[in-house]
Amino acid sequence: MYESPIRRPLITGETSYAKITEDIAQTVEGKPTKWWYLGFIVSVAALGLWFLTVGYLLFTGVGVWGLNKTVDWGWDITNFVWWVGIGHAGTLISAILLLFRQKWRTAVNRSAEAMTIFAVICAGSYPLLHAGRPWVIYWVFPLPNTYGSLWANFNSPLLWDVFAISTYLTVSVVFWYVGLIPDLATIRDRATGLRRKIYGFFSFGWNGSAKAWQRFESVSLILAGLATPLVLSVHTIVSMDFATSVIPGWHTTIFPPYFVAGAVFSGFAMVLTLLIIMRKAMRLEQYITINHIDVMNKIILVTGSIVGSAYITEFFIAWYSAVPYERYAFINRAFGPYWWAYWAMMTCNVITPQLFWSQKLRRNITAVFIISIFVNIGMWFERFVIIVTSLHRDYLPSSWAMYSPSWVEIGMFIGSQGLFFTLFFLFAKFVPVIAIAEVKSVAKSSASQYIKKTADQEGVDLKELNPQVVVPQLIDQYE
Amino acid sequence: MSKHYIIGVFGDEEPLLEAVKEVRASGTRIHEVYTPFPVHGLDELLGYKRSRLPKAAFLFGCLGFTLAITMQTWMLGIDWPMNIGGKPALAWPDFVPVSFELTVLITALGMVGTYLVACDFIPGNEAKMPDLRVTSDKFCMAIERDGTNAAAVTSLLNKLGAEEVHEKELEL
Repeated sequence: MYESPIRRPLITGETSYAKITEDIAQTVEGKPTKWWYLGFIVSVAALGLWFLTVGYLLFTGVGVWGLNKTVDWGWDITNFVWWVGIGHAGTLISAILLLFRQKWRTAVNRSAEAMTIFAVICAGSYPLLHAGRPWVIYWVFPLPNTYGSLWANFNSPLLWDVFAISTYLTVSVVFWYVGLIPDLATIRDRATGLRRKIYGFFSFGWNGSAKAWQRFESVSLILAGLATPLVLSVHTIVSMDFATSVIPGWHTTIFPPYFVAGAVFSGFAMVLTLLIIMRKAMRLEQYITINHIDVMNKIILVTGSIVGSAYITEFFIAWYSAVPYERYAFINRAFGPYWWAYWAMMTCNVITPQLFWSQKLRRNITAVFIISIFVNIGMWFERFVIIVTSLHRDYLPSSWAMYSPSWVEIGMFIGSQGLFFTLFFLFAKFVPVIAIAEVKSVAKSSASQYIKKTADQEGVDLKELNPQVVVPQLIDQYE
Repeated sequence: MSKHYIIGVFGDEEPLLEAVKEVRASGTRIHEVYTPFPVHGLDELLGYKRSRLPKAAFLFGCLGFTLAITMQTWMLGIDWPMNIGGKPALAWPDFVPVSFELTVLITALGMVGTYLVACDFIPGNEAKMPDLRVTSDKFCMAIERDGTNAAAVTSLLNKLGAEEVHEKELEL
């Protein structure tokens, strides 16, 4: 297949189909590295804290949180929105980039989608526990009951959220697993004994026939077409939890696009944080290259700029609306008692992503790692600012209050990170972290080895190509 | 039921596509081709019809949408209408999000279920494949042996660049 030699390679160094299988299967078949054990132990310890704090919460009641009559949404809903937002990058990579035929997605979609699933699980735990009595959570579903039947209220955005999040989780799991079946079969066919039995069971008898691949491609394309509006709808509906209320600072029409951009922004930051660690710990630098990191940074730059513009628009409209409560809410955000949260958000979300205009920084792994952490922190503060600063000074000054989290909320937040990373480490050990079949399908057009060959046939000297296109430090990737 | 097949093993997609073309041109029926990744154009060369899964997906989508609209209308409008500040019980714009989500959910589950059943991919099923290497780096073509064609097919596959050709009795 012809591919312009000016495209940057997506697989560096020597490669072949057998080598791709070998390199990616080793993460499942080989012994995990020291880094894996270290990370896993730390995560499990944090998960222990989650069980401890959640157990305490369930035995005692939600009164153990720092919430009060005025600020009745605190860290719980902040964390819920933060985790759901993180999930969005996985679906964007696997669905929207599939529709746009972006080949670089093949190396990162598997782990990004796994991240989506785990992030949505963490997110779901918060409204579940916030409900106070999670054992009757089935009341949110429209099930026949002895009260009439008194049905669920479909006019409520909170109910829309139930449907959006549960659909999102289900469709993400299905999409992820459909793509996983051929790769589980690859592991099955290399294994013997118990491993062959286990992977054989979970690979559903995949045989790689032309008919199966034809159907597979058809299903992938339609699932991508479904997941694309789905992912946009999920954070839109989350934002409606706020936007349909009458709280100053929440009651704005800008929320849906602003939340979706913020979600993709935070999701890509988390993908980068995870992948930078994973490519090292799993020895996958050949497949998750600096070029992948570079393009993801560009997405962070775009979505970060959208988020920054949204902050400024919001502030302007608050003034322009001439509603005193609306104006006060925003002045209070920036200069009130929670000013530090607001400025932490502004610094991390508006200023740091702008550093990615520099190609040097986009391609510097240490810098990218640090900036990705900043974005994660900034997006957490965004949700905190929206929720807490809007609530704590409402229409009646007599009910103004302050809010700070109790140790249970802090423990649950650290614990939910433990839940997330434990699941991710288990995924990295037992499942091929890169979509083996998909990487093979782009190898011919995107591996440096083949790009070099095409360039030689075309008589193009890669070193003489426009330096804007091929940066000097990239030349050796073709060697 | 197991049968005798002649299996041609190829090392890459280009020789495979060329061979599929030639073998079909020679009038030999190809039972199936097995590849490690989706090879574009292979289904057309094999003469496979377009998959009907998109149509199934559309029907599941219609089902999901109808269910969602019926459920919400019946629950809030007929079975238990609520008077909330005198607003209409059937506020249809409020039904958009849940209808959308249920449409997507039922389409995705229905289509993937259809796909798995159509391919006979059920948890725990044995894989019906000619060679374990097709999930790694080999491309296999399986042709049913009918007693008279064995020598001709073998030499044709060898001529078309097959790395190995062998005869196996197996269930495909």
